[in-house]
Amino acid sequence: MIAYIAKRLLAAIPVLFGLTLIVFLIMALIPGDPATAILGNFATPENVARLNAQLGLDKPLPQRYLIWLGNLFQGDLGRSFALNRPVLDEVLERFQATLILAGAALLLCSIFGLLAGIVSAVRQFGWADRVVTLLVLIGISTPSFFLGLLLILFFAVDLRWFPASGMYAIYGGGDLPDLLYHLVMPAVTLAAVATGVIARLTRTAMLEVLRQDYIRTARAKGLSERRVIYRHAFKAALVSVIPVIGIQAGFVLGGAVYIETVFQWPGIGAMLVNAISTRDILLVQGGVLVVAASYVLFNLAADVIQSTLDPRLRR
Amino acid sequence: MSATIETAKSARRSCRPDAIRLMLNNRLATAGLVILAFMTALALLAPLLPLAAPDATAPAQRLLRPFAEGHLLGTDALGRDILSRIVWGLRVSLAVGISATLIAAFFGSLIGLVAGYAGGRTDTLLMRGIDMLMAFPYILLALAIVAVLGPGLINALYAIAAVNIPFFARNIRGVTLGLARREFVDAARLSGKSHTRILTSEILPNVMPVIVVTMSTTVGWMILETAGLSFLGLGAQPPQADLGSMLGDGRRVLFNAPHVALMPGIAIFLLVMSINLLGDGIRDVLDPRLKSGALTRPVARTAIELPAGETHADPVPGAVLDVAGLKTQFQIGSKTLHAVGGVDLLLGETECLGLVGESGSGKSVTAMSIMGLVPTPPGRIAGGAIRLKGEDLLAASDARIRQLRGGAVSHVFQDPLSTLHPLFTVGDQIIEAIRAHQPVGHAQARERAKALLALVRIPNPEQRLDAWPHELSGGMRQRVCIAMALANDAELLIADEPTTALDVTVQAQILALMNKLRHEKQASILFITHDFGVVSALCDRVAVMYAGRIVETGTTEQVLESPAHPYTRKLIDCVPVLGEPERRLDAIEGLPPSVDDLPEGCAFAPRCPRVQPECRRGEIALDPLGDGRAARCLFPLVNDTERPATDA
Repeated sequence: MIAYIAKRLLAAIPVLFGLTLIVFLIMALIPGDPATAILGNFATPENVARLNAQLGLDKPLPQRYLIWLGNLFQGDLGRSFALNRPVLDEVLERFQATLILAGAALLLCSIFGLLAGIVSAVRQFGWADRVVTLLVLIGISTPSFFLGLLLILFFAVDLRWFPASGMYAIYGGGDLPDLLYHLVMPAVTLAAVATGVIARLTRTAMLEVLRQDYIRTARAKGLSERRVIYRHAFKAALVSVIPVIGIQAGFVLGGAVYIETVFQWPGIGAMLVNAISTRDILLVQGGVLVVAASYVLFNLAADVIQSTLDPRLRR
Repeated sequence: MSATIETAKSARRSCRPDAIRLMLNNRLATAGLVILAFMTALALLAPLLPLAAPDATAPAQRLLRPFAEGHLLGTDALGRDILSRIVWGLRVSLAVGISATLIAAFFGSLIGLVAGYAGGRTDTLLMRGIDMLMAFPYILLALAIVAVLGPGLINALYAIAAVNIPFFARNIRGVTLGLARREFVDAARLSGKSHTRILTSEILPNVMPVIVVTMSTTVGWMILETAGLSFLGLGAQPPQADLGSMLGDGRRVLFNAPHVALMPGIAIFLLVMSINLLGDGIRDVLDPRLKSGALTRPVARTAIELPAGETHADPVPGAVLDVAGLKTQFQIGSKTLHAVGGVDLLLGETECLGLVGESGSGKSVTAMSIMGLVPTPPGRIAGGAIRLKGEDLLAASDARIRQLRGGAVSHVFQDPLSTLHPLFTVGDQIIEAIRAHQPVGHAQARERAKALLALVRIPNPEQRLDAWPHELSGGMRQRVCIAMALANDAELLIADEPTTALDVTVQAQILALMNKLRHEKQASILFITHDFGVVSALCDRVAVMYAGRIVETGTTEQVLESPAHPYTRKLIDCVPVLGEPERRLDAIEGLPPSVDDLPEGCAFAPRCPRVQPECRRGEIALDPLGDGRAARCLFPLVNDTERPATDA
């Protein structure tokens, strides 16, 4: 098991390097001059050239990448000119908030997606199946930013159950209950689409598994239907659903961009949107890199969990 | 097993099991098409419709509610008519979404085609790049691209198209890879066609359905994402507006005038939902494997629908198993397949009965019907009686059946790899079987499991308990299955081709083991096989099945030495005999009849060398021939001088 995890970690290293390369290239190759962006359109060419030299932008590309990578290893992602603080500090601070939001959403979509999928498969063609199918259809067709607005209108404005924005109350907040209170609506909104996708897949996986020979064996052993479904079938279905949950982590991390904007959650997504508007390229670079790297780790975790369930994958 | 699986498979191929579901699915796709067509028409006809100018501001009329005079959906913060803006915004969103899809489809398919066709290093290089792109959270990559290109609708379009390229590349590459090794591509190459010609004229047409399916499933997503970028203020810039930027504008006045945000939001929702519905429909048509209705869940026990007033002979005293007039059917769409058409079986104590027949003869279905293990849907027991030591199993409660399953009646199935659960250790599976029927703790059950493994002669039983099924050989796995079947002192063992998946030496060992255990444990065995060699090794009596009915029964010796039914004769002739290499192995000409279309009279008549006109008329009974034998034949081979075949 440990050997397997080590192997997967090693395999993740080239992927992480690939990410740094792509992030670097996107930012470096496509036209757009950071110096001009920083100094504004009315900067003199001399000033632009001086800043370019200062930022190391006059050197050849491979050299720039290596310098950038070297700095990265030392925890230096550059300095955000708009915020006037190190990119890494800002990114890590923001990333915590995103991780709380995305983690909660991932938890919600896993639990409810799996439950809905099982119910839907077990009660195939029954009313529960129809309700789930309809909800899934609505869920994956509703833009999450629109769903967020609807929830705000209904639960924050009309019913006043939950706050419409922020991570903590401005006065007297800051503890865990306060965080959870603020977390409910953004997490539910962020989880909606992923829940639909996972439910749909779980349903299919359960139906696929329930017609396998080993399910007939379980029944032939005289096991209760509950045990057949929740122990034998569910475990097998889970093995094929877990990688999908890993992929959903990517959609949840990315979708956080919308949700953080709608609910003014102080996460990395909201930061990115602002940074793009202010053309704060280094901040965008740092933010994208950190989120992408965390996505690689989410997928790694999914792989490891999958292999704990399925002995055939451990070799 | 063969029969069950085969019928189920053909069911999956021919049509979906639930007609209502089929209609519902189609209706949903139709609804999607209608909504989409309506919205597209609105968007296309926008300049011709009697709408207010979308950008005409009217500060005096700002934030009018829906159904206001002259503004059906109200006005926004600048007093612009929302209905008009939605129609025009729809035009932009649709154009952007479709363009992004076409761009992504073009470049993605190109990469996929080249990678799949070229193979080798080109393939590896291209696909590594694609994998790398897919390692990014999708929306994040789009943001990074917009960050560099700068906000704007066209840049958002490029970004969304770019991040969707990997989906197309992957899907198309997979299909192309399969096609590139096919004969018709080789033929084209040998005929001197250039690579470009082959790609466009040979491969592309075959890949097209996949491209279309991928397009139909991603276009809704792309519309959603471009709207999202616009919502964030990174897409359409004022005064240009798409549905997403309208929603973003509406958000600013959300608390005062929610309709300004709600209306474009609903429009996006309707648009995306209609596309998704239609996409599902297209996928179902072009890629039948993914049909949502193709999978049905078998329930715990076969459905039983006995005709009212059906009577059967009294139970035979002393019989362990007494099956009378069993009818099991499969309902496939509107077709009813009569897989088992009235079967009688009798099994005495410690007796071994061989149930023999070709694939599709209904022998497995007969065996699986006993404990209600025929999958429903599509299967159902439609008549007859099954009695276990006099107890009517068809009238028994589900709880009672569960008690009997694995208890008094246990099963050994054909393929020991697929019948053992791959995710539980061998020990766990045996322990579970023990504890389902005996009130023992885990440690005690483990001891018994170990003893069982020793009983079926598995070396190192202690260690083997912790082995996974995939770590054992086929023979070992089947021993585990037998150990599991013996866990609770079964009185009846139903073995469904337990040796078919094994090689010959292992087969002999397993048969010897079963024979030994039968005498030690005093169990009766119903042994399903298509192999007369196996029958002669183990069975006391034989019942031969053809097209869902018993055509001959008798002791193994009688039937093997002088078969009465021409079909049995043919079956026996199929078995190679050691030391008789010159003997001609007769395959039986023709195919077994389809059970939904049985000929009148004898079902074997079309393949029978001895067929007479009488054979094709009326019902032919299973006639006793003396000595406890019986055959369903008007002209049995026994007590009969060999006549030349009249119809060969």
